[in-house]
Amino acid sequence: MKCKEFLALLDDLIDDSVSPETRTELQTHLGKCGHCEIIFNTTRKTIEIYRSHEIYDLPAGLRDRLHAAIMARCKKGC
Amino acid sequence: MSTIQSIAGELEPHPDVALVERVRGGDVSAYDTLVRKYERQIFRIAQHITQNREDAEDVMQDAFLKAYEKLEQFQGNSKFYTWLVRIAVNESLMRLRKRRTGKMVSIDEDIETDEGSVPRDLADWAPDPEQNYNQAELAEILRKTIQGLPQGFRIVFVLRDVEGLSTEETAETLGLSIPAVKSRLLRARLQLRERLSRYFHRKKGVER
Repeated sequence: MKCKEFLALLDDLIDDSVSPETRTELQTHLGKCGHCEIIFNTTRKTIEIYRSHEIYDLPAGLRDRLHAAIMARCKKGC
Repeated sequence: MSTIQSIAGELEPHPDVALVERVRGGDVSAYDTLVRKYERQIFRIAQHITQNREDAEDVMQDAFLKAYEKLEQFQGNSKFYTWLVRIAVNESLMRLRKRRTGKMVSIDEDIETDEGSVPRDLADWAPDPEQNYNQAELAEILRKTIQGLPQGFRIVFVLRDVEGLSTEETAETLGLSIPAVKSRLLRARLQLRERLSRYFHRKKGVER
């Protein structure tokens, strides 16, 4: 397997949507290619970091304003 | 696997279905429960698309109000969450159009076709790179990095990887084909990885 072929299947490997045979091929390539191993590990880490860190906090008071707006609509006709 | 999921799905409806039914029956407190459940996600999506805090606040408010008003139209073919996300994405794009009057805004803009390009920066990262920054610094790095992505990549990454929509749901929400979502997701992930390498590079990390 070449690096380009590995890269084409990188997302499927990360998302765990490859067949057992393909997985074995990809892992064999990873064992031999430091370049692709770095890409695989750091791409997985990239996703994990974005998933686990809240980078935009919900502004204070927004929920209350929304609740008030919903109640106002509700009074008009729900 | 999909068969198992669909059978399980038939036996056990998503908990939102009951909440939506209660709202339809006039129980507004059930809608509060739905708001609390999804407000953070909807605000984040709006912020990622509009890149403006005020706009994101307005979008979140408008999206939940619109969903409330249109609840009768919600068919239940898709999950309430994905339906809500679709409303929020559309509201966000409308908000962007208003800001950039006269200029077309779509999720297709700024897309370069560099299919198959091999990542350049191949420096390995420190074992726990985020440990080298405090929470505020890290949040700033993550914001700056994702803001630099082309919009069409950023939305796909946010919906698929951060907010947990499936490839199919992301495609449906954005009106894209599944191959288009997959291609954008790969490029988004690789570009983010490369940009983050500047901060998380093994040598640049400051040991604590």
